[in-house]
Amino acid sequence: MNTEIRRGSPAVLMTGGEPRKRKASFRRLFDAATISVVPIYVFTLLFVVGPLVYMVVLSFLKRAETWGVLREFTWANYSNILKPVYLKTFYESLKLASFTTLFVALVGYPFGYFMARLTAVWKRRMMLLLMIPFWTSSLIRLYGWIIIFRANGTLDNILMGIGLTKAPLKLLYTYSAVVVGMIYALVPFMIFAVYSSAEKLDWQLVEAARDLGATPWQAFITVSFRLTLPGLLSGVVLTFIPSMGLFFIADILGGNKVILVGNLIQEQLMKARNWPFAAALSVVLMILTSIMIALYRKVSGVKDLEGLV
Amino acid sequence: MNDTILELYQIEKSFGDVRVLNGIDLSVPKGEFITLLGPSGCGKTTTLRIIAGLETPDRGRVFLAGKDVTDLEPNKRNVNTVFQNYALFPHMNVEANIAYSLKLKRIDKQTISKTVKEALDLVQLAGYEKRMPDELSGGQRQRVAIARAIVNEPAVLLLDEPLGALDLQLRHQMQIELKRLQKRLGVTFIYITHDQEEALNMSDRIAVMRDGKFEQIGTPAQVYDHPRTSYVARFVGSANLISGTAYNVGEGLIRLDTEDGPGLVRTRGARIMDGQAITVAVRRESVTLVTGETNDNLGLRAVVKEKNYAGGVLQIIVSLSDGRELVSSRQGIDSPLKAGDHVLVTWLPDQGVIVDLEEAG
Repeated sequence: MNTEIRRGSPAVLMTGGEPRKRKASFRRLFDAATISVVPIYVFTLLFVVGPLVYMVVLSFLKRAETWGVLREFTWANYSNILKPVYLKTFYESLKLASFTTLFVALVGYPFGYFMARLTAVWKRRMMLLLMIPFWTSSLIRLYGWIIIFRANGTLDNILMGIGLTKAPLKLLYTYSAVVVGMIYALVPFMIFAVYSSAEKLDWQLVEAARDLGATPWQAFITVSFRLTLPGLLSGVVLTFIPSMGLFFIADILGGNKVILVGNLIQEQLMKARNWPFAAALSVVLMILTSIMIALYRKVSGVKDLEGLV
Repeated sequence: MNDTILELYQIEKSFGDVRVLNGIDLSVPKGEFITLLGPSGCGKTTTLRIIAGLETPDRGRVFLAGKDVTDLEPNKRNVNTVFQNYALFPHMNVEANIAYSLKLKRIDKQTISKTVKEALDLVQLAGYEKRMPDELSGGQRQRVAIARAIVNEPAVLLLDEPLGALDLQLRHQMQIELKRLQKRLGVTFIYITHDQEEALNMSDRIAVMRDGKFEQIGTPAQVYDHPRTSYVARFVGSANLISGTAYNVGEGLIRLDTEDGPGLVRTRGARIMDGQAITVAVRRESVTLVTGETNDNLGLRAVVKEKNYAGGVLQIIVSLSDGRELVSSRQGIDSPLKAGDHVLVTWLPDQGVIVDLEEAG
């Protein structure tokens, strides 16, 4: 969700950013190019800027005793986050997101990289295989994991059947189950991100590296990996950010044992009815992820995260 | 044999059902500039890739400096390639591109920067160290690609249509520079092109390729003046091909009888029987068009079809009675001939070459 919104914003910045003279701007108000971008402005204002401003404003207001909010300014929502119990939630979320992202990268990078090396026919087939699950609701697919993970479920049956384990593993409602669910949900995004940058990789560059004395591994590191790094990093962003907020995976596969920022926000909003606190949590989460993105860009030196950020 | 640097022995290669190389043999002496000339799809790039180790032949062996390298990885061969699209690493600047192979060899930094500097001087790009490939023009990229390939001091440098992407003027200039560079370095060049002029200008030897085979290997003069087959005659110098029946007239001369009249041609030692069907190649600039009668009653009757100038060269296209066209060309000056004129097509006996003899015999 987050990334969808971000994808729209650079276009807006580009069309509206430059200062220009008054007369020219008046004339340009009516030319076709200007009019054609009006829908983008309207859409962005209504669905991106509006909700964001609303959320930030909300986070500084007080919660009403019965329903809704009081129009009184307060820092309380933010100081509330500093309580150990909430800080721990943030820490746990970051930890799980890092874990998830690491595994997703380990699985998704080679997958996407080798997929880009397939023939056109096989590329299409693989793409289709990756797309088919998206035709079903992600919620329903998660329930599938319950069947696999639960005691005496599919996984237990298989493992006990071939004699690897003696007793049911009781995997459901554990941390591992949540991690597996997260990886399952997010790995396609990594694959697509890596695939799209590996597809653009000019194979002749690898041959040039080999020709100049590089072993296959050296050629991979110095050329292929380096040139697909933007894809990997945008995959990381695409994985890391949602995994901070995918509350329903923690809900369904983790029972109530794993509480993440996403769960906390959902709880505060839907159950506790503390909208200002939920808004404050969201703002902090957003700032955190923005810092992450800035860090990735800084560390990697890659400016172009495949047009994502 | 000692100064043979590269030897190809009976190389065969197929991609799927398509036979790309049909058993080619080639022996290249050290320091030679040899060009593989042929149209696209004739197998010249595949030959180069097999030498580089980027492709494995189905059959046959590759010898480099007397050593069988057929099964050696590309990074283990003392051969470097200048790729068609240069294949410069887009994420490295000029210096890093050129230093790539040296860094892999773990040569110390000072030596590397010295070598890179020398290479850049050699290709006249001093001062461009920090530029990225996308900040260079086509000709500059070309030079970087060459510099990158030669810092490794390869025994053989492979060049895959390196001038193909450049404009005409730059191409001519680079032809001269490349040739000079090759002389100066003394490195064996194996050069690929489909441009016959380029091949004639630069090469010590030309290997004309057709359908995965060498049609003729020889010096530019040999290939140009004495094409062995009609294919070579047509591809190198776009010669006229005239078919007819041969009659020995003595003194090593053959009379070629065609439906449109006779012509003379030298046998050059070939055994031709009376009545044998032969094809004679006559280059465009060797064709003279005569109005009226010739003294010796030689010449093919033809009708002028069109005249045109192409780059300072006057071309006159004439057609024979069976509709086949011949072309006569000469420098500059206009000719009084006009379309519809009847002419005799003549040439000097020394300027006709009997081709396709092996196939006929």
